[in-house]
Amino acid sequence: MANTSGSTQDSSTDPKRQRPASVEEEHSELHESDEQMFAQLDSTVFKRFFYYASPYKRAMLIATLAVIGFTLANLSIPLIVKFGIDDAIRNDDSSLLSVIAISLVGVAAMYWFTSFLQQILITRVALKVLYDIRADMFSQLQRLALSFSDKTPVGSLMARMFGDVGALQEMLESSIEIIGDVLTLVGIVVILLVLDFQLALMTLAIVPALLIIRLVWQPIARRAFLRMRRNSSIVGVYLDQNVSGIRVVQALNRQQENHGIMGGKVHTYFWSTVRAARLGGILMPTVELMTGTALAVVLVYGGGRVLDGTTEVGTMVAFLLFVQRFFEPIRTLTMHYALLQRAVASGHRIFELLDIPLEIVDKADARPIGDVDGRVEFKNVTFGYDPERPILRNISFVAEPGQTIALVGPTGSGKTSITALAHRFYDVQEGSVSIDGHDIRDVTQESIGGVMGMVLQEPFLFSKTVLENVRYNTVGATREDVVSACKIIGAHDFVMQLDDGYDSTLEQRGSNLSVGQRQLLSFARALVADPKILILDEATANIDSYTERVIQVALKKLLEGRTALVIAHRLSTIRSADQIIVVRDGEIVETGTHDGLVDSTGLYSQLWQTNYTSFDDIAGNADDISGTPVAST
Amino acid sequence: MLWRITKIAFGYRWHLLAATAFAATTAIMSLFIPKLLGEGVDQAFTLFRENSNTRTEIEALLRQTAILVLIVAALRGTTGFAQIFLGETLSQRVSNNLRMLYFDKLQVLSLSFHDRVHTGQLMSRGLSDIEGVRMFVQNGLVQIVRVVVVIVAAAVFMAQIDMQLMLFSLSFVPFMVYRGARMRIQLRTIWRKVQDALGELTTTMQENLAGIRVVRAFSAQKYEVEKFDTTALEVVELRMSAARTHARGGGFVSFSFLVAWAVVLWVGGEKVIDGQITIGQLTQFFFYLALLRFPVRMIIMIVNSTARASSAGGRIFEILDVPSKIADSPEAPDLQITGGVVRFENVSFSYGDAPALQGVSFEARQDHTIGIVGAPGSGKSSVVNLIPRFYDPTAGKVTIDGTDLRDASMQSVRRAVGLVEQDPFLFDGSIRENIRYGDVKASDEKVVAAATVAHIHSFIESLPDGYDTELGERGIGLSGGQRQRVAIARTLLTNSPILILDDSTSSIDAGTDAQIRSALTESTTEQTTIIIAHRLSSLRHADEILVLSAGRVVERGSHEDLIALSGHYAQLWELQRGNSTEMVD
Repeated sequence: MANTSGSTQDSSTDPKRQRPASVEEEHSELHESDEQMFAQLDSTVFKRFFYYASPYKRAMLIATLAVIGFTLANLSIPLIVKFGIDDAIRNDDSSLLSVIAISLVGVAAMYWFTSFLQQILITRVALKVLYDIRADMFSQLQRLALSFSDKTPVGSLMARMFGDVGALQEMLESSIEIIGDVLTLVGIVVILLVLDFQLALMTLAIVPALLIIRLVWQPIARRAFLRMRRNSSIVGVYLDQNVSGIRVVQALNRQQENHGIMGGKVHTYFWSTVRAARLGGILMPTVELMTGTALAVVLVYGGGRVLDGTTEVGTMVAFLLFVQRFFEPIRTLTMHYALLQRAVASGHRIFELLDIPLEIVDKADARPIGDVDGRVEFKNVTFGYDPERPILRNISFVAEPGQTIALVGPTGSGKTSITALAHRFYDVQEGSVSIDGHDIRDVTQESIGGVMGMVLQEPFLFSKTVLENVRYNTVGATREDVVSACKIIGAHDFVMQLDDGYDSTLEQRGSNLSVGQRQLLSFARALVADPKILILDEATANIDSYTERVIQVALKKLLEGRTALVIAHRLSTIRSADQIIVVRDGEIVETGTHDGLVDSTGLYSQLWQTNYTSFDDIAGNADDISGTPVAST
Repeated sequence: MLWRITKIAFGYRWHLLAATAFAATTAIMSLFIPKLLGEGVDQAFTLFRENSNTRTEIEALLRQTAILVLIVAALRGTTGFAQIFLGETLSQRVSNNLRMLYFDKLQVLSLSFHDRVHTGQLMSRGLSDIEGVRMFVQNGLVQIVRVVVVIVAAAVFMAQIDMQLMLFSLSFVPFMVYRGARMRIQLRTIWRKVQDALGELTTTMQENLAGIRVVRAFSAQKYEVEKFDTTALEVVELRMSAARTHARGGGFVSFSFLVAWAVVLWVGGEKVIDGQITIGQLTQFFFYLALLRFPVRMIIMIVNSTARASSAGGRIFEILDVPSKIADSPEAPDLQITGGVVRFENVSFSYGDAPALQGVSFEARQDHTIGIVGAPGSGKSSVVNLIPRFYDPTAGKVTIDGTDLRDASMQSVRRAVGLVEQDPFLFDGSIRENIRYGDVKASDEKVVAAATVAHIHSFIESLPDGYDTELGERGIGLSGGQRQRVAIARTLLTNSPILILDDSTSSIDAGTDAQIRSALTESTTEQTTIIIAHRLSSLRHADEILVLSAGRVVERGSHEDLIALSGHYAQLWELQRGNSTEMVD
């Protein structure tokens, strides 16, 4: 990868000169797993598909019957023509002819009905199965430990949810055609053998040749198709990057440069599609030639047999009609095979996600926690995202109902982890966290969410209305509840200034609001949820002091009757806390009230003495605090 | 829509011409096969029975016919290959053309557009809708030529044998055309809805994943799953109705086609019995009918792809046609930077109805630092957005060295302004590429120098791959403070005479912040600096501090002036010092 930067620039300065192949090589590790997965068409993926399809057994059975009926109708047409010629026309039997013609209309009706039935049914099953899989993936993502979300980019999850599930859909929808194709092939072979054994053998003699050609073609074509897909996704990723980073693109005048890079990527993609088109198309003359040969055999050899009188002329006609159909499924089967392989690779990626074991699950006998007073206790808690390297050690403290606990300490000391454990985003490795004496591992996760609210430092809003954002998950909260919460928080005024007030739809991540306004709405959201216990990651960066003051007033009301764990940055918040817990390097170094701590000679009092405006202003290495404060006068 | 797509295809005139010519040739070539096969049947059956030829003569004739069939098949295979190949590559050229237009458009569209339209929406258009257009060129545009030629030529060939039978054979065509036209209208609406619903589903999922912490914090998993279900089921239902339309239309066309077979068998059979035509001629009709299976099957694909392309094309052109609000006036000259003086003259500005800035005036000079503070929504970000001309003011003007930004080329304005944002976006790629983003030709020394000033150099050096460390999807994640510092380095590299720091050190501790600032002062002597910060200590040394409230400048002056004023700023200062006046030194 070391040369990536260099070559990307080459391609940007002169896209035309860039050899397509070399660009691909650079990106190849990205999709390495693709190649490996394509290598094995193993059965586990299919078993999983069948598991998902099993609720729709009846629909699938009917669909299969419909396919059989459809294939029969399809195959019987040349046969009916043969009977028409041999039995009616050659015998000058007009009445038989009319019967045969009418039966052909019957076959046409059957064809209509069965083709309709199979399409509808198979589409329904395919869509339902995919919906089930997608819903399972979605709820799996909702339940996976946050450590998974922390390290997996949203983009790659979206690719699984859409790209891979889409590949499965194509496969499922074409699966019925595969069955039809196979049935047609077998049916034609059987019919030809029955009609005229010798002529059939002669005609089908070229099939092995076709199989050999296909065996050679398949791996080459597969590689070309894969490369095409890979290059296509590279183009997609680049587009995504430039949409997401548009501000930077425009601020730094990169349009010209990016046009060149995109041009290079599109150029590479184009040549891979040309190669794939060439390989895909090459089967066409091959199959045509095979069909031509078979037709020629029927003409010469079959014609001879008609002259001998060993074969009837109608049979010859039927042969000619069947041969033209015989090679059609062979061509489509090739296409379907490629789909199948793609789907298997996608299936692997999907089931890989579904199979990630859940780290945090409710116990079998877990109950809802019920009403609580809000006493939170940490008892000798030790925790690390990597169990080998604990980032919290032996943390113990009690938050009595209604108390506000301020967690302070330098960046990286473990404050955020403490709040994450209180909500059971992660499980502790040693010790316990309990609410009102219930170990939180013994109660349902959902009920914890019912008693505990959380306001994050980075507010996240959905592109819904203000009302929906503030109400969020609180079922039964009325419009009035939302409005009064916004009034308490001080968000009401700016909400009313929006075009549609509370019904204004927020833009992507609330970008039509300032960061501070977003934060206010996320406070209001917590207020509407009305939890007994509130966890607050005080946002230094996002809320300036004007708003802070508004909020501090509101917070007093909000904190009344609630237990609060606050990751505090502002002195004002810290001073009014019932208990201050000073954390450093994953351990509690001091606890007490502001006055008590200032009088001692510990870390807190040192922090206090240095006159920082915020405790976050301390560099990660707290030993440095003796250094010169920033704001020197 | 289809016409606009076709017009793009016309841009590749020769390619399109060749593809359609091969399509037509293939179609005509196909029609010789039924003719030959029918003749073969006649040779084998009728001629021999009528005893007009000897057996060896007939066998020779059959061999001749067989060889002709082989030749025609080979020719048809070759032209068919050419048609598929040319059609596919043409479709790729058209879609790539559109892809580049789309990409370029997104790059230049104003930020107000990007604020409004969700990334997920733009992506689904850029991926699936462009693919929809491509399918139309491949399946619709070129194949329709082949379908029409097959039908017309078949009519000509068949008419030579028997006019009446020809009409019966083609009796399904009006049904096919009628049904196809109706399906197209139905499917167009459905496809549009499917695409919209899919866009919504994408948005729902993307937001859920991006906001997963909020979801967890509120234990809203159930709520989210329900939200997902609603949209996902809507997609299922819409696709079902597309499938039903398909199946109904396709089934009906096939039925009318097979009925034509029955009629030909009946009427044609009678004609053979009456001696009007030979068995070979009748079988020719069946072979023609076998050939006509192609248009019957294709028509569904064509209809589907045109329906999808009308709605997909609509969604693409919708974006391409958005007028860029911020556009260079024609022949706008480049900005001439003399002193780097930024002036706001009575600037008012609004995003929508509510004014964001009202009558703001100030001047920032070289070697001069302006600090801006204010409550959320007070207009700080709007000031920032106006300087690189992300937006235009609604009244008043913003000038750099006396030139109104609207009279200078956009490129030169943005070259003059370096902006570092609070939550900077870094691209997939190495750290080096990211820092070099604004100046790809910058030397490694310049990259290192910028990183050193931004206090990120030693961190980068500590990584195993140093400056070649990959960021993003395939690489490592950086903390907020590290990202901000990389972004500062990225902006410093461009050496812009005007530097805006929009709360860009919020995640960096104050010590490092101060060090960065002093390094900045040392390395750049002639820069105009505008700083927005919440941490007032960062602004203490600014030459002038503007206090914004509700879009207006309510106080201005140096730190000391403002403290002495005992207004908003002084209150704020106290607040940040912990509500305690005795703590203020």
